[in-house]
Amino acid sequence: MSTHSDRTTRYADRLWEAVLRRAQHTAAEVVADALRDGLDAESVLLEVIGAVQARVGREWAANRLSVAQEHAATAINDRVIGIVAPTGAAPVEGGGPGRVTVACVDGEWHAFPARLLAEVLRLRGFDVDYLGAQVPSPHLITHLHRTGPDAVALSSSLAVRLPTAHATISACQAAGVPVIVGGAAFGADGRYARLLGADAWAPDARSAADTLASGLPTPEHPNSQPLDDLPHLADQEFTLVSRKAPALAASVVHRLAERLPEVGDYDDAQRERTAEDVRHIVDFLGVALYTGDPGIFTDFLDWTASILAARSVPARVLAPALDLLGEQLRDFPRAAALVRSASAGRSTPGPSAAGDPPSPAADPPRDRTGEPA
Amino acid sequence: MSVVRASASEPTPTTDTPRDAGGAAALTVSPSGLVLEARQSAAALLPQLRAGEPLAQVVPWLAPAHDAACGRAEAPGPVCDVVDGRAVDARPVRHGDGSITWWLIDVTVVRSLRDELRLEQARASFLAEASAALLGSLNVLRCIEISADLAASRLADAALVIAPETRGRCQVASAVTGTRTARTVLRRIDTEQLPGLAEALQGFPPVPSRWIDPALAPAWLAPDGFGEIGSVVVTPLPGHGVPAGALVLLRRAGSGPFSEGEETTAREFATRAGLAMSAARMFADQASITDTLMRELLPPTLQHLHGVEFAGGYRPSQDHERVGGDFYDVHPAVEGSGGTLAVLGDVCGKGLEAAVFTGKIRSALQALLPLAEDHPRLLRLLNDALITDAHARFVTMVLASVTRRGADIRLRLTCAGHPPPLIIRADGRVEEAATHGTLIGALPSIESTTFTTALAPGETCLLYTDGITEAQGGPLGRDMFGEDRLRRVAAECAGMPAEAVVERVQMVAAQWAGRNSHDDMAVMAVTAPHTHHLAAVDGRGPGRFTA
Repeated sequence: MSTHSDRTTRYADRLWEAVLRRAQHTAAEVVADALRDGLDAESVLLEVIGAVQARVGREWAANRLSVAQEHAATAINDRVIGIVAPTGAAPVEGGGPGRVTVACVDGEWHAFPARLLAEVLRLRGFDVDYLGAQVPSPHLITHLHRTGPDAVALSSSLAVRLPTAHATISACQAAGVPVIVGGAAFGADGRYARLLGADAWAPDARSAADTLASGLPTPEHPNSQPLDDLPHLADQEFTLVSRKAPALAASVVHRLAERLPEVGDYDDAQRERTAEDVRHIVDFLGVALYTGDPGIFTDFLDWTASILAARSVPARVLAPALDLLGEQLRDFPRAAALVRSASAGRSTPGPSAAGDPPSPAADPPRDRTGEPA
Repeated sequence: MSVVRASASEPTPTTDTPRDAGGAAALTVSPSGLVLEARQSAAALLPQLRAGEPLAQVVPWLAPAHDAACGRAEAPGPVCDVVDGRAVDARPVRHGDGSITWWLIDVTVVRSLRDELRLEQARASFLAEASAALLGSLNVLRCIEISADLAASRLADAALVIAPETRGRCQVASAVTGTRTARTVLRRIDTEQLPGLAEALQGFPPVPSRWIDPALAPAWLAPDGFGEIGSVVVTPLPGHGVPAGALVLLRRAGSGPFSEGEETTAREFATRAGLAMSAARMFADQASITDTLMRELLPPTLQHLHGVEFAGGYRPSQDHERVGGDFYDVHPAVEGSGGTLAVLGDVCGKGLEAAVFTGKIRSALQALLPLAEDHPRLLRLLNDALITDAHARFVTMVLASVTRRGADIRLRLTCAGHPPPLIIRADGRVEEAATHGTLIGALPSIESTTFTTALAPGETCLLYTDGITEAQGGPLGRDMFGEDRLRRVAAECAGMPAEAVVERVQMVAAQWAGRNSHDDMAVMAVTAPHTHHLAAVDGRGPGRFTA
């Protein structure tokens, strides 16, 4: 007799084969079979479809999937959710566990985890408004005023969205609605959720649904300002560095070409990718300044090095780029110190050569634009 | 020093300066409890006081403190008591012979001022907290619940907020002090049962808050398990033009009635709650009007149709808007339409006004659908209609007539002043559709050429507006996205499902623009499905904005 996890793994393997071949019909059959086989809908959502999506991310990070394969797989996976989703089961008027708005932070395109949560909540009888990817704050807040949900579930996968997430959390709380956050952006232990004053954090869809079912109290500090949570913002380094980000990146790229002859010989596409990498470094530096946590910056550098290594791109520009960036930041003591210490940690060949890539489970894959797959 | 004696039978004078002005009084007491010496002013404060009498007889309230002080080695501490309605502070000083001099200070006025200050501070902080909580929400139900919670937290043992009737029912939120958050229920209530309620709910005529005989209170008023009601007060919530409802405060039997100060606080709270609720109601009305008017202007959710994948994505130039000058539609085939007609276009201008104009164009195209077989003719008819309309704006668009031929899709494309669509071949080649034409609504006569092609399974025709290609930004913040970059992105999309192509293009362009201002951006993909069409599930794209 096979255990529950044997069965979910078996269906996840079959679904993986199907999405890889872009066989939508087969993918739909696998999910329908799993349900007929008696697997509960929540397990099919999370341990079959969700597991396959996580695998898509891991395979992309390891460069075993192309962008097109990864998008096709995600699209098919997204479609088969519709088979599991409850149909026509109207939420109980007044008697249900409550109304929840599920949305991704503005700029966050990685909607899959949020969609899974929305479906899990629907299965558990919640009245769910799923707003999807990259919801601009004004829409979200208007929606809250219009519908008055019991809670907002906010998803973000990439730490670079934390400042935006913070503004969104505060705006929801000011509207009197408590916020539960989830996604890799908030840290594997939810540390940034606490830092940014979220009312709750959940590591996965199931515990998010449990927390929401027990009810969130109305926000304790409905009118907090960013400085209340993060007093170090008073030095304005985040504000100035993020405003100057394009100019900082441009200057680093320009001087990289002077310093490394091979960069001077890059073609347009290579130059653009280098510019993107440098810009991401500056953006993540900004988030480290915002949160006051240098780990965000060094984690990003480690991750970049591992992604470049998986694609056989030498990570040689990272160290000189950090040096050049440090030179630009003389007027910003906190930023300069961050760059100095990060740079000191990788003066010898980076983690790309040393091996030890970050654990794939903890790090959602992102494509070259810095987006999660 | 004059003597004004206050006793329990007489009302305590609130402004009684003489004895305070006299400052401190004093009496010296031996260790055995005999009064050795009393200063005259002490006699005024304590009229029974005589030197030589036992303290326990003349100042009984002080005796225990004195005995305790004499029994201990350490310095004795001060004692407070209320004597004949006056608050008295007694501060001891021990002498070398073991006797103690008690300095008596009348602190009645100081105390009452301090109490008043504390009350006033509490009141101000409550009202400030209430304002902040109420200002935050524009949701009517939430305002009702917040009001009930706040009132129950400070003003009474339980509070009900009753909103004006709609269709014979009232929203009622009731909160009991110390319990969980109030929840609103919709109930049918007879407003006449509770005196003052009908007027308060109508918002007219103005009525003061009033006391109700608890015996008259209808049964539904008391929350479950509340117990016997001791006092009830009904306060109208002023709505400034719109009725906002009523606040009902309840106290349990035995917990005393509302004081004048508490009633004032309740009234001031009611003013704030009423304002917040009427603002929320006006917002809800306006938002519902906007929604109704906007419904026709929002880009449609595209479905798979007759074995062809259609997907569309839209991002208005302004984050706070949901519509703009770009539009797309997919019209299922009708007699004479020459297949499914997909349209994507761009009206000159942005924002709501441009959106209203896209509505006109979309209706006109819908009406012209039976003539869609002949693209140039359809465009000419549209041009004629716009040229005679004084309020019309220019519009550019692409028409795509789509028919299924086995596994392939036949495509006829005609541009009118619009960037030509890109054809993404299965092998990653990207071709530009060779069609061009005059924009619509500017010139009396127009020309256009139609391009015909076929899509094999996995191939996509990508229609887009110039908001994509003209996006300014990039990693260094100053480059245009441009057509070459779009073609490179399109090439990566070879073999993807339609919604994935749309999402990919939208994502890359949005990230390119970053925080820079940008024009409306619209994208539509028409894709020949790979093999099987997934009929069992709906074909909505992943994570598109649907609010």
